[in-house]
Amino acid sequence: MKVTRLVASAAVAGLALTLAACGGNPTNTASGSDTSGATSSASGSSTAPIVVGSASFGESEVLAEIYAQALEAKGLKASTHLDIGQREAYIGALKDGTISLFPEYTGNLLTYLDPKATATAPDDVDAALKAALPSELTVLTPSAAEDKDSYNVTSAFAKAHNLHSIADLKGISGLSLAGNPELKTRSYGVPGLETVYGISGIKFTAINDSGGPLTLKALTSGKVDVADIYSTTPSITANKLVTLDDPKHLVAAQNIVPLIRKDHDNPQVDAVLNAVSAKLTTQSLLDLNTKLDGPDKPKASDVAAQWLKDNGLA
Amino acid sequence: MSVFSEVTSWLTDGAHWQGDDGFPHRIVEHIGYTALTVAIASAIALPLGLWIGHTGRLRGFAVAATGALRALPTLGLVTLMGLWLGIGLTAPTIALVVLAIPPLLAGAYAGLESVDRATIDAARSIGMTEWQVLGKVEIPLALPIIVGGIRSAVLQVVATATIAAYIGLGGLGRYLIDGLAVRDYPQMAAGSVVVVVLALLLDGIFVVLQRVLSTQR
Repeated sequence: MKVTRLVASAAVAGLALTLAACGGNPTNTASGSDTSGATSSASGSSTAPIVVGSASFGESEVLAEIYAQALEAKGLKASTHLDIGQREAYIGALKDGTISLFPEYTGNLLTYLDPKATATAPDDVDAALKAALPSELTVLTPSAAEDKDSYNVTSAFAKAHNLHSIADLKGISGLSLAGNPELKTRSYGVPGLETVYGISGIKFTAINDSGGPLTLKALTSGKVDVADIYSTTPSITANKLVTLDDPKHLVAAQNIVPLIRKDHDNPQVDAVLNAVSAKLTTQSLLDLNTKLDGPDKPKASDVAAQWLKDNGLA
Repeated sequence: MSVFSEVTSWLTDGAHWQGDDGFPHRIVEHIGYTALTVAIASAIALPLGLWIGHTGRLRGFAVAATGALRALPTLGLVTLMGLWLGIGLTAPTIALVVLAIPPLLAGAYAGLESVDRATIDAARSIGMTEWQVLGKVEIPLALPIIVGGIRSAVLQVVATATIAAYIGLGGLGRYLIDGLAVRDYPQMAAGSVVVVVLALLLDGIFVVLQRVLSTQR
């Protein structure tokens, strides 16, 4: 029976290690290592091709493709370097010139650069971000498009309680909420709902799939009243969920913004990227993600090309 | 060393020992999930295992089935069940029962197989019915191995019941899942320590139980 005991203890230790490893520093660096020639782009010449990077998820990839194809459509040289993992990795790649442009999220970039930042309203976040950026990088005008935590209810529940914004939840007693475990302690989660919006007695259920299918099922089956789902998740439109407005900016702004190396930033590039940002809304992100998730699993580059065509940018 | 002191201070903080999020409440929940799971799995696996061991039928099936069940990833199963049945107690309980059945089944049929055939033939020759052979000869002689199977099942379930927290339940897994979400590693380590201590305590109880049963033979 000694073996059994060893197996059991190993299982416990293994689980703990696996979980710890998952939360470890995401040093998932560039998976495609086509850095050849890219380092030369740090030379400072404005005619050097722009290399657009992306993180390892669909939305980031399609945005990078949109930037690159929009630049090419206006006769500028651009290429992509997709799937660069986490912020630690791609900010490093921007600093050393491997990539020169990146579709970023204002709020997350700000908290990465300045963990103590408290700004939540879009303009405040943008101002704080400009102050916190390293000297070789700058951001252009943010778009209206945001991908961030959002509080969602079913349309039936919204109708029954006449809900439009988070503030309308105040009158409902015994409100139940589902979301990732960190929502219980983070400022934009349960503590913020209590202090900023005065909602009390929230019953919180932690579901560990970042607003994925388990959270969705809990909401649509009526087990919980409200669920935290990222604002550009296709399931929001597919299930006709109602995303509650956040008039007091409980959740920090996460506008999509072009983050670019200063040595590649010039009026021509700015004009192209600002035209893209002007057309980009949260609804367009939702549509793009819905297409990416579609049954035929289209390539990010094709989805990007179609969007640029539909919006008269290419 | 700071890691150890952080974990120690997390474990000894009085605030972590009270309320719904406190260790006593979480330990009770955890033992509750474990007991429920092992009870359901025993009700399924022990009669089946005893029947297989007594009759020798379906032995090949039992070996193949336990092997297949062991190969199922419990976290995947809990997610699948959660998608099918929604969040709640049912989904993780089914996943954990699947985990607990193989050692219970193996303990039962292997226990009966370990009994000397001559003893069983002797019991039959003095006129015992099949039920008497099973109840008065086979089970008492096989009991240490059957209990060994239960012990193995309890240990696996107590260590794996942490996954219930993955889909919104309580138990000691809350410390691992919640700690991971906010990168609170002392909380995760403290939760793991409590799981390990609980597993060792339960194992100790079974060691004593098995020793008592062996000496009674």
